[in-house]
Amino acid sequence: MATPAAQLRIPTRRTAELVLLGFAVLIVVAAEAALEATRDGRISTRLATYAAVPLAIGLVTHLVIRKVARYADPLLLPIVVLLNGLGLVMIHRLDLGLKQRAVQDGLHYDGAAAPTQVVWTAMGVLLFVVLLVVVRDHRVLQRYAYTLALVGVFFLMLPAVLPARFSEVNGAKIWIRLAGFSLQPGEFAKILLTIFGASYLVSKRDVLALAGRRFAGIDFPRGRDFGPLLAAWLVCIGVLVSGHDLGTSLMFFGLFVVLLYVATERASWVIVGAVLFAGGAYVAYQLFGNVQTRVGVWLHTFSAVHADDGFQLRQSLFGLGTGGIFGTGLGGGHPELVPLPATDFIVSSFGEEVGLFGLVALLMLYALFVARGLAAGLAVRDAFGKLLATGLAFLVALQLFVVVAGVTRLLPETGLTTPFLSYGGSSLLANYALLALLLRVSDAARRPASVAPRKATPEPEAVPA
Amino acid sequence: MNRPIRKVAVALLVLLAAMFVNLNFVQVVKGSEYRNHDGNSRVLLAEYSNPRGQMVVQGTAIATSKSTNDELKYLRTYPQGPEYAAVTGFYSFDYGTRALENAQNSVLSGDDPRLFGSQLVDLFTGRNPRGGSVELTLNKAAQDAAYKGMQNPDGTYRRGAVVALDPSTGAILAVVSTPSYDPNLLSTHSASTNSRYYNALQPKNGDPNPADALLNRAFNQLYAPGSVFKVIDAAAALKAGIKPTTRLAAPNSYWPLEPQRKTPCPANHQAPCVENFSGETCDNGSTATLEFSLAKSCNTAFAQLAVTKLGAKGLKDEAALFGFEGDQLNVPLGVNRSKVGTEAVLSDDAALAQTSFGQRDVRMTPLQGAMISAAVANHGTLMEPYLVQKELGSNLSVLSDTQPKQLSQVIDPTLDEDLKAMMRGVINSAVGTGRAADITDIPGVTVGGKTGTADTGIFQNGKETPPHAWFSGYALQNGNPKIAVAVLIENGGVNGNETTGGLAAAPVAKAVMEAYLKSGGGR
Repeated sequence: MATPAAQLRIPTRRTAELVLLGFAVLIVVAAEAALEATRDGRISTRLATYAAVPLAIGLVTHLVIRKVARYADPLLLPIVVLLNGLGLVMIHRLDLGLKQRAVQDGLHYDGAAAPTQVVWTAMGVLLFVVLLVVVRDHRVLQRYAYTLALVGVFFLMLPAVLPARFSEVNGAKIWIRLAGFSLQPGEFAKILLTIFGASYLVSKRDVLALAGRRFAGIDFPRGRDFGPLLAAWLVCIGVLVSGHDLGTSLMFFGLFVVLLYVATERASWVIVGAVLFAGGAYVAYQLFGNVQTRVGVWLHTFSAVHADDGFQLRQSLFGLGTGGIFGTGLGGGHPELVPLPATDFIVSSFGEEVGLFGLVALLMLYALFVARGLAAGLAVRDAFGKLLATGLAFLVALQLFVVVAGVTRLLPETGLTTPFLSYGGSSLLANYALLALLLRVSDAARRPASVAPRKATPEPEAVPA
Repeated sequence: MNRPIRKVAVALLVLLAAMFVNLNFVQVVKGSEYRNHDGNSRVLLAEYSNPRGQMVVQGTAIATSKSTNDELKYLRTYPQGPEYAAVTGFYSFDYGTRALENAQNSVLSGDDPRLFGSQLVDLFTGRNPRGGSVELTLNKAAQDAAYKGMQNPDGTYRRGAVVALDPSTGAILAVVSTPSYDPNLLSTHSASTNSRYYNALQPKNGDPNPADALLNRAFNQLYAPGSVFKVIDAAAALKAGIKPTTRLAAPNSYWPLEPQRKTPCPANHQAPCVENFSGETCDNGSTATLEFSLAKSCNTAFAQLAVTKLGAKGLKDEAALFGFEGDQLNVPLGVNRSKVGTEAVLSDDAALAQTSFGQRDVRMTPLQGAMISAAVANHGTLMEPYLVQKELGSNLSVLSDTQPKQLSQVIDPTLDEDLKAMMRGVINSAVGTGRAADITDIPGVTVGGKTGTADTGIFQNGKETPPHAWFSGYALQNGNPKIAVAVLIENGGVNGNETTGGLAAAPVAKAVMEAYLKSGGGR
């Protein structure tokens, strides 16, 4: 294909990205300034740190994108920088609140989370840069699909096999703890398995969509086509259930159903998925005490039966209710009263202090992020890219929904982190990796066909589109 | 593949809408319900972030808010600590509020609707809304003397209470309940300090007479009044036409159910028989004047008087005029109702006889004890006691200024002169039981009163615990009522000895009256 490049100059939109990044940094600085003004009545030099972090993330990532993904979507990065920066401000705010409470109770609070989060952010950006530089074309990933899936499943299974002292935190056996570091491999596995799912479905989509047995009006695939996927799914679910991590199981299941549906364009998969989900939920409810507890807390939050285990959800609702429409202002509320305010419940922390308006604005940021991810999926020319972008965007959307629904008592609480916002290394690293892949796909989507990716890998005409 | 991607996008839009609707439900529809829910401490935390108003005694703050740099922005402090604890109460994040901190909360916190104007100004000037302050009727000299008076030589405090009133207005001049507690240690911002102190203050199991420092003995504990009740008998007797010099039957033993019987009471106290303390003789052993009977506190004279002349109704009606069995007083601290006993009990002459000298079912608070003397001192007019003189806005505008209010006329003013003189006799006659309360070094001062030694009815190891010691009295200066005081010391007396109550309690009352009068008699 030799379209004259001069004829069609597609704007790279990098300048727009830079301007938006500037806005993102300004909003983060304003948030920190508001926080400091409320808490201390003055603004300290610490503000510089909270300006420097988003500025540094923004500039580094922006320059790398300019270099290796010129046509990437200009909205994704500023949204992430803004979310990450606001998350950092809230984590700092919670540090202050938790420290004060500890001092009052005569205890010592040494878990200053904000500096740690800065370190994790730096590592996330590093991973982002490495991924974007090394993976010049997302289609390359298809070649390693099975390897990546194996790695994903291995990491996913590792905590279940490891002794509890290496793998258990707060009753959930989903961690790898080594030499002071703790990682939640499930966060990475979800991306690796998205790559695998997309790749597998691309190669098998014709068979899955066309061949099969018709039963009760629904077409079921032949066992040999469906086998590997089902096996991967069963392994994931089994491992996750054994690790008592409901949220991640739900994520994986939703992901596979959506990938199947998008790949085959058959609504029957959604029906099958819903039935399987209902069955799985029922079995999990019957088998696991913690599932029963969470459902009980959800249904009877204010009942005396759940005086203890419903405390967290009640506090979350109290915080949200106290915040009301406009919130108490950053630093003006008491989000530290909710247990785990910086990880699972950071959404209620925001809801209390920035109110319904602020929280809906945050939701809109995520909506925009997901929309841009899906748009990349729509625009990209290859099927793998479409599935990958859809899968990754869907992961963010579903995770956000499960978290928000959980802390607002729309659904039982499952214990997931909010992407980019929550405190936590694994979550941040994995989501920066997700961002890199999405940017890579969006770059491919908008790049004029004549412009080969720089330091191009051979044009992969072998890959079916 | 684009069609299903669009459908996924639509499905995600539905999820977004669900989140949006639910957030509106939680934060707006249910917002105020969650905000004001019992389990939500945020509103309380917000209350802590505004400075609370002061409680002021003669220009000195006894409760004030100090700004801190922790989450609860203001720390409530009580500069005088335990001395005023019965009045101030505490303001604790963990244990709520007590006493005036509770009763005057709306003014102190600034929530009172009368403070709306100044709050609005604060809102616009950007100042933290501040609470109003409360000016109390207490007198520093009287309060100091009362608190010090309850102290043992070794620094510990006797269990009991002191209440002082201004007889002409009802203004409360001193309130002490001992042992007291340090409200500062319950109002800290450290939950562990608060709970450690709170638990240490809790009464220990099995103690028949627990120290219970959080109890305001002055207002909320009922005690048998013992012989102090004889003032009410005397008032009823005067109304019935008996003169102070009228001679009453005062045998060594009186059998209310067999009035003709003359045999001495059995030593085991198991028979319906009244005798004087320690089986003493009253005057000549068969009759005594009313004034002599009051001064020496003869049980048999008053028992026989109650049974034969006053009757249950006469006694109960007179007690009601003094404040017994009335509406619950709020000064604004709630005061327990003092009681005489049910009609059914009083219809029994033996019970009526015991009631006449303040035993059986009759019970009163130390405040009621002070009200008895206050009414007598104030020409028979009983004024309603009150503790809050003024409520002030944060800009010191006066929200309320308490006007004295008459509760009742317990006795005709001319008859009251006799009653007053008889109470004076308790202090200055040769046989008087309250001589320890007399004040001689201030010109123009006359002290009257009545002692009481009330059996507790509590037996420990087969022996009755020592009786409570009472003194209720007044001081006049140049004939004008200045102060009325009641002192109660738990187990302060010695069994079977009437004079011990007076010996224990009267000096404390004297110290309070003297300090008050020397300080200028209240401004």
